[in-house]
Amino acid sequence: MCEANQKDLTIICRCEDITVDEVRAYIEQGVTDLEQLKRLLRVGMGPCQGRTCTPLIVNELARATGRPVREIPLTVFRQPTTPVKLGVLAGGTDHE
Amino acid sequence: MNRTADYVIVGGGVIGCSIAYNLAKKGAKNIVLIEKKYLTSGATGRCGAGVRMQFGTETNCLLAKNSIEMFEHLEEELDYPGSIEFKQGGYLLLAYTEKMVEQFHKNLGVQHKLGIPSRWVTPEEAKEIVPHLNTQGLLGATFCGKDGHCNPFKTTDAYARAAQHLGVEIMTYTEVTRLLARDGKITGVETSKGIIETPAVVLCAGAYSRDLAATIGIDLPLTPERHQILVTEPVEMMQGPMVMSFYHGLYCQQVPHGSFIMGLGDPNEPKEYNQNSSWQFLHEMAAKATFILPPLANLRVVRQWAGLYDLTPDRQQILGSVPGIEGFHLAAGFSGHGFMIAPMTGKLMAEHILGEETSFPISMFDFTRFERGDLYVEPSVV
Ligand SMILES: Cc1cc2nc3c(=O)[nH]c(=O)nc-3n(C[C@H](O)[C@H](O)[C@H](O)COP(=O)(O)OP(=O)(O)OC[C@H]3O[C@@H](n4cnc5c(N)ncnc54)[C@H](O)[C@@H]3O)c2cc1C
Repeated sequence: MCEANQKDLTIICRCEDITVDEVRAYIEQGVTDLEQLKRLLRVGMGPCQGRTCTPLIVNELARATGRPVREIPLTVFRQPTTPVKLGVLAGGTDHE
Repeated sequence: MNRTADYVIVGGGVIGCSIAYNLAKKGAKNIVLIEKKYLTSGATGRCGAGVRMQFGTETNCLLAKNSIEMFEHLEEELDYPGSIEFKQGGYLLLAYTEKMVEQFHKNLGVQHKLGIPSRWVTPEEAKEIVPHLNTQGLLGATFCGKDGHCNPFKTTDAYARAAQHLGVEIMTYTEVTRLLARDGKITGVETSKGIIETPAVVLCAGAYSRDLAATIGIDLPLTPERHQILVTEPVEMMQGPMVMSFYHGLYCQQVPHGSFIMGLGDPNEPKEYNQNSSWQFLHEMAAKATFILPPLANLRVVRQWAGLYDLTPDRQQILGSVPGIEGFHLAAGFSGHGFMIAPMTGKLMAEHILGEETSFPISMFDFTRFERGDLYVEPSVV
């Protein structure tokens, strides 16, 4: 029983604290679209926008679906590319 | 060989999924939902996901009040294994002009008749509700503690899974290219994966509903309009309610995840299918948000994006059927407030499509109101 319940608690998305196991559970339920995984699990929604987790998740998807990595569609990268303070964007002087 | 279905639902946003679930729950069979990309790829996945009862017309108040009461129990109703992240921190609607004060009092009158627990608050009371609110120029506000936020991806997922559980087939990455009708009757849809014969189509493709209706000669008065929005990094909970100012065209809410989601309505936005983000938005949004809620200046913006409103001439959704084309049902034109009314809209549409008496009348949302010139304007929208 212990064996079956053994979880892979390795963090796959550091920004949002998502484990490999959580990603695999969704993939097993049939969510094999990176866009859907992002929206349901928040992977890649944090400040780094998936710079770390996307390649890892794409590998998981490729393994689960038997599709080559290059055929897995990626999600859209949104502006701004690095987090910026609202105060700075507003034109204030807070450039800390 | 062509496939057949009893009902084809076009569009995998929250509305299509809610209608699919409600139809199946009532026992309808052989339902197919078609989505050109993935579920929530349209407005639903791009929205601010605020939910409020504080509207200005009786029917919108009713739709929203019933929907919020349904959100309260949606996880159980749909037997959803996860959380839809429903939060009821209230909505604080700010009034900056005498005209707004007058309109808000009128709205409160409508809301109170329906049992909506909204109230007028002075600037001082508003500051008690949101301590970091800048009350400069503020004449007062209305507040309703039942309003709040709900995760749009999870909500749609919950409806979609429950619908599938009841036998609904969901086809993603399949585009409907044309509706098919003959002798005043719907006969099917043409898709990127072949034709599906059906006597009933429910069109809920957001702003794109106009193009699809045009394929059978129906002119829907829908205009696409880009609305931009951003999200910050998550921080400790500091703001209970959604803060909304029709004067600034702004809304800003801290969601259960801890991040702030905020957006602006721009009256000069060209009416087109543009969904790109702009630098001007970031600047303007930041300036307005940090004026109304100054401590937010320290929050970092993580992402910005945009989505389309499907505007009707009176900023009210079109619900019902198209006269003269049997089996053609519409649920579109939500004009920026379709997420929060999705639970009740799905129920009403299912009742209507199955020929039952609807829980309350929906005839004022009829498609023919535009021809009749019977517009039914909602005063309280961004
Ligand atoms: C920036 C922004 C903020 C918003 N904030 C709020 C808010 O705070 N509260 C609120 O209640 N509402 C809000 N809204 C409005 C809300 O998002 C919409 O009213 C609601 O999501 C409408 O859902 P829908 O299912 O009708 O449309 P959509 O979610 O747009 O779904 C339509 C679907 O149809 C699909 N489709 C289109 N054409 C075809 C085709 N030919 N074949 C197959 N599929 C097709 C699309 O891909 C799409 O997934 C906001 C909207 C935006 C853009």
